[in-house]
Amino acid sequence: MTSTSKPHEKPSNQAAASAIPPGTRWFKYASPQTFYGPAGKLAPWFAVLSALLCVAGLYVGLFLAPTDAQQGDSYRIIFIHVPAAWMSMFIYLVMAAWAAVGLVLNTRLSSMMASALAPTGAMFTFIALWTGALWGKPTWGTWWVWDARLTSELILLFLYFGFMALQAAIDDPRRADRAGAILALVGVINVPIIYYSVKWWNTLHQGASVSLKSAPTMAMIMFVGMMLVALSFWMYTIAVTLLRVRCLILERERNTDWAAQWVPGARGVQT
Amino acid sequence: MIDTFACVFQRDLSLAFRRKGEALNTLVFFVIVTSLFPLGVGAEPNLLREIAPGILWVAALLAALLSLNRLFEPDYADGTLEQLALVSEPFPIIVMAKIAAHWVMTGLPLSLLAPVIALQFDLPGGTIWLLFLTLLIGTPVLSLLGAIAAALTLGLRGGGVLSALLVLPLYIPLLIFGAGAAGAASAGLGGHAHLFLIGAFLLVSGAISPWATASALRIAMD
Repeated sequence: MTSTSKPHEKPSNQAAASAIPPGTRWFKYASPQTFYGPAGKLAPWFAVLSALLCVAGLYVGLFLAPTDAQQGDSYRIIFIHVPAAWMSMFIYLVMAAWAAVGLVLNTRLSSMMASALAPTGAMFTFIALWTGALWGKPTWGTWWVWDARLTSELILLFLYFGFMALQAAIDDPRRADRAGAILALVGVINVPIIYYSVKWWNTLHQGASVSLKSAPTMAMIMFVGMMLVALSFWMYTIAVTLLRVRCLILERERNTDWAAQWVPGARGVQT
Repeated sequence: MIDTFACVFQRDLSLAFRRKGEALNTLVFFVIVTSLFPLGVGAEPNLLREIAPGILWVAALLAALLSLNRLFEPDYADGTLEQLALVSEPFPIIVMAKIAAHWVMTGLPLSLLAPVIALQFDLPGGTIWLLFLTLLIGTPVLSLLGAIAAALTLGLRGGGVLSALLVLPLYIPLLIFGAGAAGAASAGLGGHAHLFLIGAFLLVSGAISPWATASALRIAMD
């Protein structure tokens, strides 16, 4: 956090020496122009981290974890299915949070972050549903069942699609930002429903084996593999979102001077 | 605030009564859609009796969706909505009055007609009463949630289908509990839990929807 206090300013209360220097610019990186560079520098690091964690997690999951007593080797899809499902819910919460920040503080970049997160969230939701179906066929005997958790995860996919469709349908970007924010916030109630659905309803889907309060009820090596892949998916999300938000920044700021160097010929082009 | 509510409610009802045909359109659509299902899945009485609550609920959902464009579009087109937004009274109260009038013209007649349609499906009396109650409590929720989607898509090209896409995921829990009430009752568990949950949906959406709709309308009108 850089401090840009002017020389003639004095702290108003000398006795209360704050750790935060006066004149700190809290919202320095809220400007699309300032954020564009650091986003580009950070993204490759997260991508590399994601690749390493993915290799580690899949090695643990596919080679180190033992064969399950009941399900044999078909359970190994858990190492993709569960992290993808976790990410689908987590990304929706983060997206709604950024959308709320953009709505309340009226910052463009926050809304751009929400828009950048949506496609990745939809992708992970789809992966969770698809891998779940692939897992359900050998173990439950059916590709799909309309129980609470699967249905609410499907609703989450529809919510992502609705968010993206609404933003695509509105031409004015600021109106699109605010309308999408309201939609995202109205839909955020669905995420706790998905999460707690296996506790509230006796359903075919497995109950919660992993909780914040107690030790996991599965073998530790499986848990480790799942966490590694979950972290990998998280790093991937950050990398991809940073790259996508750079594209959104350029798209929206294409008529400014600083962006002209990245989008040559944009100025004066009628859209 | 109650005066504002009563005034806007009465205005919307008067305007709607001048064009009774439009309210009837919704009802006729409801009747036609419920008739399509037996024609599509076959007229076997046991099957129809089982799926009747679901059919009636889906038809109510679709009828509510189609009627949403009458909620804000006419007032937006002639500038009344902007004037209502500029009034010193809280905008959510005005929005709530419009939603209430919309429900009286679409959801309430639909709920009153549903028992007659249910007879076509040979449902027993107790189930018809339960179905009527679920629709009576649930159709306001359809209007409330639909208002959010209608406000978000105000004036957009392709708004009708888009608002359906936005609001159907929100309708799904209501559909599950509304249609499930009759199923639970016929299984001997009683539909009370479902009714309470639908009541909860009504209270939560009644508290949040006018505020969210008012914000969405202001965003759309900027």
